[in-house]
Amino acid sequence: MRFSDQFEKRFAEMLTHYPTKRSVLVPTLLYAQDEAGFLSDEVIAEIAQRLELTELDVNNVISYYSMLTTKPRGKYNVQVCTNIACMLRGGEELLEQCKDRLGIGHKGTTSDGLFSLEEVECIGACSWAPAIQVNYDFHENLDERKMDAVLDSYRKKAI
Amino acid sequence: MADAPKLVNLTVDGKKLTAPAGSLLIDACKNVGIEVPSFCYYPNLSLQGACRMCLVRVEKMPKLQTACTTVVAEGMVVATDNEEIKQARKAMVELLLGNHPLDCPVCDAGGECELQDMTFSYGAAESKYMEPKNHKDEQQWSPVVFFDRPRCILCYRCVRVCGEGMDVWALGVQNRGVSSIIAPNKEDHLECEECGMCIDICPVGALTSGAYRYKTRPWEMNHVGTTCAHCADGCKTTLGVRRADEGMEIVRGDNRDKSGINNDFLCMKGRYAFDFANHEDRLTQPLIRKNGKLTPSTWEEAFELVGKKLNEVRMRDGGSAIGVIGSTHTTNEENYLLQKFARAVLESNNIDHHRTADFPALAAVLSGKQEITASMRDVYNAPAILLIGNDPTEQHPLLAWQIRNNVRLHGAKLHIINSEPIKLRRQATSFTQIPVGAELNAASFLAGDDSALNAITASASRENWAALRNQLRNTENLVIIFGSEIRGAAVTAVTHLASSISGAKVIALADYANSRGASDMGLYPDLLPGYHPAAKSGLTLPQMAENAKSGKLKALYVVGSNPLARFHLDSQIFAGTFVVVQDMFLTETATIADVVLPAANLYEKTGTITNTCGDVQIVKKASEVNGPKSDFEMIVRIADAMGYDVRNLVPFGRGETADMGQSRGAQSGEADRHAVWLQANNLEPKLSPFDPMAIFDEIQRLVPGYRVSRLNLLSGNDEHTQLSQSGPGAKHDPALIVPAHDNLFSSGTLGRYSRALNSVMENRNPQPAEVAAD
Repeated sequence: MRFSDQFEKRFAEMLTHYPTKRSVLVPTLLYAQDEAGFLSDEVIAEIAQRLELTELDVNNVISYYSMLTTKPRGKYNVQVCTNIACMLRGGEELLEQCKDRLGIGHKGTTSDGLFSLEEVECIGACSWAPAIQVNYDFHENLDERKMDAVLDSYRKKAI
Repeated sequence: MADAPKLVNLTVDGKKLTAPAGSLLIDACKNVGIEVPSFCYYPNLSLQGACRMCLVRVEKMPKLQTACTTVVAEGMVVATDNEEIKQARKAMVELLLGNHPLDCPVCDAGGECELQDMTFSYGAAESKYMEPKNHKDEQQWSPVVFFDRPRCILCYRCVRVCGEGMDVWALGVQNRGVSSIIAPNKEDHLECEECGMCIDICPVGALTSGAYRYKTRPWEMNHVGTTCAHCADGCKTTLGVRRADEGMEIVRGDNRDKSGINNDFLCMKGRYAFDFANHEDRLTQPLIRKNGKLTPSTWEEAFELVGKKLNEVRMRDGGSAIGVIGSTHTTNEENYLLQKFARAVLESNNIDHHRTADFPALAAVLSGKQEITASMRDVYNAPAILLIGNDPTEQHPLLAWQIRNNVRLHGAKLHIINSEPIKLRRQATSFTQIPVGAELNAASFLAGDDSALNAITASASRENWAALRNQLRNTENLVIIFGSEIRGAAVTAVTHLASSISGAKVIALADYANSRGASDMGLYPDLLPGYHPAAKSGLTLPQMAENAKSGKLKALYVVGSNPLARFHLDSQIFAGTFVVVQDMFLTETATIADVVLPAANLYEKTGTITNTCGDVQIVKKASEVNGPKSDFEMIVRIADAMGYDVRNLVPFGRGETADMGQSRGAQSGEADRHAVWLQANNLEPKLSPFDPMAIFDEIQRLVPGYRVSRLNLLSGNDEHTQLSQSGPGAKHDPALIVPAHDNLFSSGTLGRYSRALNSVMENRNPQPAEVAAD
């Protein structure tokens, strides 16, 4: 299993921040997922071995956090907030619109591997509700028209 | 010694009480009889605070506090029982029952379920939840572990006991919140030591045992506290028995009452491998070889034949033409009786057993000196432990548990010297790997012989060895534990090291349930009970085989032993020998016998056994298979058939410490009532020649180390015997020791007849599926 030099640099540095190795597990998983797209058995085994944990232990932590996944996602992971502020301002309608336009449901991935869809709890963008998060980017104050534009822009980006 | 902990004063429910500073509120309450309910709190495991059942009101604290995580403080005022708390508990139980199926009438835990008890005590009769309960089908995680997910209340006890207690870490928790589940380490199954601690500790019926599930209900069994029949650690076990067609059947083994040296610990063998007792291959009637074939016979015919033949040989060729091989699985009383029978009735000193540790050498060093043998309890409390040889995780599961938990809970220092990287090194302060067979060198060096190191180490690591020696020499109350690698001269070296350290103690590790007892009771050609030298030395086991080969051994009496398999003897050499075998099964040795007498096992009789540390414990009759007799009875009956006055063998009816009520006053009827009491407590009045306690009287009188509290022993507690009061011991050929090399899932001949052990073995090493011939 090979990670990028940047990952290795970050990993080595993080280890110096904590008294125990297992403390760096969550950020390490996140960085590994950013590189590999998802946490494969191979990645899990590698990280478990590096941090002297059992694979069961690593799996337990992964299963706790919804942002970590052991299954491949699309290139763009569309996360629609339907928590209270977004819901009042049309979040649920946005989710329905995404389902309709992408042809997939919650936790689904399009057949071309471009988009995944996820209904999420609060993403901390209540002031600009309704909001969605695509990978690490936010799109705020959305309505039906703007939502379509956002999806189109990612489609174009992919070509 | 550390100073006694400071005490703090607190008030609970208006009661003033004191508790050691640093102790938990839940324990402080429990100690004065105030019940604070809990699921997730378990003594000696890390705190979880998950179940919220132990909520109490502490004055000046904002919310209800969990008593299991609150440390007592001076002046604390606590309420554990008011409307607010009742309401909180009721709500907690209601939440726990949200998805919990109400299948108590079929659940294994029904009747001894903590959730059931809590619901009766604290719960509500009805639930506000209208939603359907989540259901998941049960899963089989291993041959012995089943998981019923909906019953799980997520107390995490199993996860903690597996990780912290066993150092196996095979269980975890996946997902989050309401969808959390207990998960095994290999996706859909477990890869672990199969100890069953997770099942035992489960407060509900979520984890159930393959051996026991859906077989019976707790209140339909008799529960008998006895001692495990497998390895030499001597765990106390409570066997659940119920009536079966062929007698009394054991359906469960556990130690939930936490009595005995093992607390609630049991390994795979103690918990499940009692099933050899009800194996269909059990012999139930005597077999006599007629026309070359073993043919069923009556007991009368068998005893008559054995008595006649043994008498013939004794008259014609003398006692020296008769050999006796004793057992490491029979009681002390049977072993004592067997050597007495050999020496007094057969007039032969040719008696031996399968030796797995050099106890005579240890007795030789300790005889008449200060007592320095450690008990199994000492292993849990010692500040430091030196382990030379052996792999306790595999061969002595309780010892390994004691060591691990001493390190974890008391910060003991563990030093290991071994030729293999054994698992316990994970708890070790220092681990020194040595070449195979170099244990004597290591021991000699530690005892002070610098030159002993030359053969086993490069000069570079000499400093480490010297440092280890220095450190050990300065460790007061060190417990030194050594495997059978340490024999003869090495035993002397280790004991010298121990006696040079203030308070140090030793433990020699043998392999079978009563290996120590067989040794203490004089199953040696040159040693009587208590390691006193015999007037004339007889033949060792290999010498008996030699004599059989040359036609000099005319008769061989084998009690609960399988020398043909253990010592790889050629069955042909016994062609001219009259062989009598007492055993449960038709073992390799039994198949060549002239007479086979079906024997009862340790779970089917009463007596005492001694574990490898020298802790003597009682075994009580739990189960029964119709047909077999105890070895004790058979020995007496053979003596009788030989025309010997059995009163000279078993001093029944006039025991030295027998108590038929006379010690409690001359009130009329007292003796009768006492007999009733004895029966009710599974003790036997000594009125028959088959009463083992009559022989135990004699053992206590003649084997000085065994003068222990009889009362304590009969109450089911362990009593440490002393080796230093015994005779001078002996120096034997180290080659006479043949280690059993059993592991967690094997147990000599017993293990071969245990379905539970075999199923685990098969699960681990699946046979390749047969391929079609085309």
